[in-house]
Amino acid sequence: MRKRHTPKDRLITVALHAALAAGLFFAAFPIYWMLSSSFKSNTEIFALPPTVLPKAFTLEAYAAILGDPVKLRFFFNSYFVAGAVTVLTVLIALLAAYGFSRFNFRGKGSLNTLIISTQTIPPITLLIPFFGLVVSYGIFDTYVALILTYLVFTLPYAILLMTGYLNTLPRDLDEAVAVDGGTSWTALWRVIVPISLPGVVATSVYTFLLCWNEFLFALTLTKSTSMRTVPIGIQLLMGQHAFEWNQMMAMSVLGSLPLLLIYLIAQRFFLAGMTAGSVK
Amino acid sequence: MTRQKRSHHRLKRAVAPYLYLSPSLLIIGLLMLLPMVTVIGYSFQNSAVLRRDPSFAGLKHYQAIFADPVFWASLWHTLYFTCMSVVFHMTIGMVFALMLNSDRINPTLRNILRVLYILPWLFTAVIIAVIWRLLLEPNGVVNSVLMQMGIIGSKVEWFSSPETALHAVTFANIWAGYPLFMVSLLAGLQGIPKDFYEAADIDGAKAYQKLIFITIPQLMPIIISISLLDFIWTMQVFPLIWITTGGGPIYSTEVLSTYTYKLAFSSYNLSQASASAVVILLISLGLTLFYIRYQKAR
Repeated sequence: MRKRHTPKDRLITVALHAALAAGLFFAAFPIYWMLSSSFKSNTEIFALPPTVLPKAFTLEAYAAILGDPVKLRFFFNSYFVAGAVTVLTVLIALLAAYGFSRFNFRGKGSLNTLIISTQTIPPITLLIPFFGLVVSYGIFDTYVALILTYLVFTLPYAILLMTGYLNTLPRDLDEAVAVDGGTSWTALWRVIVPISLPGVVATSVYTFLLCWNEFLFALTLTKSTSMRTVPIGIQLLMGQHAFEWNQMMAMSVLGSLPLLLIYLIAQRFFLAGMTAGSVK
Repeated sequence: MTRQKRSHHRLKRAVAPYLYLSPSLLIIGLLMLLPMVTVIGYSFQNSAVLRRDPSFAGLKHYQAIFADPVFWASLWHTLYFTCMSVVFHMTIGMVFALMLNSDRINPTLRNILRVLYILPWLFTAVIIAVIWRLLLEPNGVVNSVLMQMGIIGSKVEWFSSPETALHAVTFANIWAGYPLFMVSLLAGLQGIPKDFYEAADIDGAKAYQKLIFITIPQLMPIIISISLLDFIWTMQVFPLIWITTGGGPIYSTEVLSTYTYKLAFSSYNLSQASASAVVILLISLGLTLFYIRYQKAR
């Protein structure tokens, strides 16, 4: 065991805690500033000297956002698109992951490599052909355009995540179904899916975040204000009311809530996913 | 089972994986591989997308891009932005991971700090851009604190002066991206066998020697693969720059993605934009090949 009593040792411990505090300031101050600014009036945001805590606490920025149907629509659009893509992605990825995890077939290795490499395709490269396709199929400025294009980016990682999870489940489980004369399809839905919840949740979380954060496609493939998502809404707000900083911050706080909540809840699910498994 | 039934069963087993994969392959084929071929096609056409019967342009659009000084400036800014981001993501991620992993801090404090240090990761690029615009406003909190401390004499327009804009955007991106490294390295640190350190203690190794000869070599595979992924993804960053500076002032923060976007959707020169998009694709593919090779070699 290391000795803990020398002055030098104590000095190191103190220095470490000072560094931790500096790190905390670096990581959290910008977020704290967003939060506190959202409760300030616009004049107070630029007060000199800056006020660390809102002096005149006000909810006017939140009232302005939540009372405006146009802005609420941004939130609805984001939730709807992210939700739809998540459901589709998880279903499609689950099937593919089952194929990868439980079968040996020709071309498995190269398909796997293909899926890994599609993760790194630059979005900007696909944007131009997507734009051409979306316009020529008449789905410009619709949910369908966003949902279809988001799928391409969520699927590869979802397949890898789900395959990784299914690989941790013992094969005896579904082989038992095969011995009883059941098909692999029956095994998938009767045996695999019910115990895959942690993997499904982890995949859903990741997919949802990816969609919630997406900017480039939402910017280019939609046009009318009623089709815009939250990230574009924030940008629009910045263009229209360049000095309504408190509203921009309130909208940023509201736009971050789902991610923060999911993180706090899903952290547990990730751990559960790693320790779970029906046969031990 | 009868023989007939068994061979039927075997056939099913052989076809099944392709059936399970077919929806994914259909989507990836139609919405990813086909568009990639399409964009390459566009880059060799005149007035791609805009005209129904575009004529063949040869290498014209590639020549136009390589002759454009803004393209080269964008490439240079992309490199600077990406290299600085990756190096600092790695350094900060490493320092935070080592600090959190130290047995000198109490476990509750460690858990709280771990959650707080991850925070920047949980925010959308657009929101990160808006936060940093507020912080770095000429009348904002950063300027007023720096002026009070006497570090700067007058208000600096961080995002709107050509001398500071690229550094400011890079800084915002460094802040936003280090948690990926931190989380991965923290997981890696917990996987290093304790005996290594005990053996080093017996040999009388100093703390920095343990870091250089045990910790860093053990973490090397993680460092290399996360760096490569981070490099590829940072190279493609669009929203952060679009919202903070829009590539300006006077192209000083133009990167390949904003350059391409403007060609396509501000100038409506979709053919030339396609050529630029293909260049970005080639750079990404090169790095991806490198990444896959590395992953397989492991």
